[in-house]
Amino acid sequence: MTPLTTDLKRLGEVKAPAGFADRLLAHVGMADSYAPFETVLGTVYVAWNRQGVSAAARSASAADFEEWFRKDVGRQLVAADAPADLAAKIEDELEGRRRLRFDLRGLTPFEQAVLRKTREIPRGEIRPYGWVAREIGHPAAVRAVGTALANNPIPYFIPCHRVVRTDGHIGNYGGGGPEAKRAILNMEGVRVSRMEELARAGVRYQGVKTTKIFCFPTCHTGRHALEKNIVWLRDEASARAAGFRPCKVCRPAAVA
Amino acid sequence: MEATERMFERMVHEHQHRVFALGLALTGNRHDAEEVAQDTFLRAYRALVTYPPDRIRELKQKPWLHRIALNVVRNRVRGVRPRLVELNGSEPDHTPGPEAGAMLKAEMDALAVRVAGLPARYRDAVVLRHVQELSYEEAADALGQPVGTVKSNVHRGLKLLRGDNDDPADD
Repeated sequence: MTPLTTDLKRLGEVKAPAGFADRLLAHVGMADSYAPFETVLGTVYVAWNRQGVSAAARSASAADFEEWFRKDVGRQLVAADAPADLAAKIEDELEGRRRLRFDLRGLTPFEQAVLRKTREIPRGEIRPYGWVAREIGHPAAVRAVGTALANNPIPYFIPCHRVVRTDGHIGNYGGGGPEAKRAILNMEGVRVSRMEELARAGVRYQGVKTTKIFCFPTCHTGRHALEKNIVWLRDEASARAAGFRPCKVCRPAAVA
Repeated sequence: MEATERMFERMVHEHQHRVFALGLALTGNRHDAEEVAQDTFLRAYRALVTYPPDRIRELKQKPWLHRIALNVVRNRVRGVRPRLVELNGSEPDHTPGPEAGAMLKAEMDALAVRVAGLPARYRDAVVLRHVQELSYEEAADALGQPVGTVKSNVHRGLKLLRGDNDDPADD
């Protein structure tokens, strides 16, 4: 029979349950949880914490996603079952109803501003990098906007694919290259090849003769104009010279 | 803030088993032990973020965590029973850990039940001194009692656990 104090000492050597530390750190918001989700894009790994969704990526495997997250975001990551309502929220977010919160800590204020502005672009529409730059009050920082979007930690959910090159070309996409960007935009109802055609022809804006308003070609307010009333415009100066004013919804130019 | 979080993360990894074992000996079952351990660290975290850096540096983590855990257990007895947060619905894993080889898990749990069943003042003293292996001075500090009181409570607690009223020299 073991002496009592030896047994008590052994009682002190009991180990906490597996995963205890990870769950605890996740609970105080110092580790993120993640789970794979099946989406129209295929399997997307989504990480979240108490602040909101913190990252998403179409990684090849859970291990790849974990490695990328720890290196890129710099926090611990715990595999978890998704909260019951997250799948529905993600579905809604993809449908264009904004329901997700995002954790953008760790990004610079400029990057956060770019991503917040990008979220305002409606599904089925596209905007140039220069538009984002002007809207957030840094009209000259077009390249920096491109970099910020390329480093978007939550691609697709924060729709960086809806931002295209200022000359109308589709441009690159961190979430899987230009082809993926084109596919997502088509799925969202953007007529991508038509937009590229217009861009090649040097057309930037669509004016409507009856309203004397010019819009980005994908703006939902101009979408139902009759073909015979549409004028294609090359730049702001010629639009204004022809008596058009910029749309107040898609804001193709600063409303003077 | 960053530094506090790093420090807290290290503290959790360093002390998680100790605090869980403390919870087990004080409550007598693993589910309550996990609640106590979780609540202890949550309270520690909430306190840490309000502490200035030099206070954090000078903090003696081990006695500090023991003090918090003792308070957590006392508050539970008073009826404040924080619910274990089952994060994301995952079940806490209660499979036997590496200690299983040394002593059967069932025996360990039975001993924990006996210890947890002691009157609180003996239980706390025995657990700090013999389960957690604090020195009498550290235990006295964590309990806020004089060393002499702790010694006598440890002694009586061990006697109760042995189930005898004599005075065998085993402490």
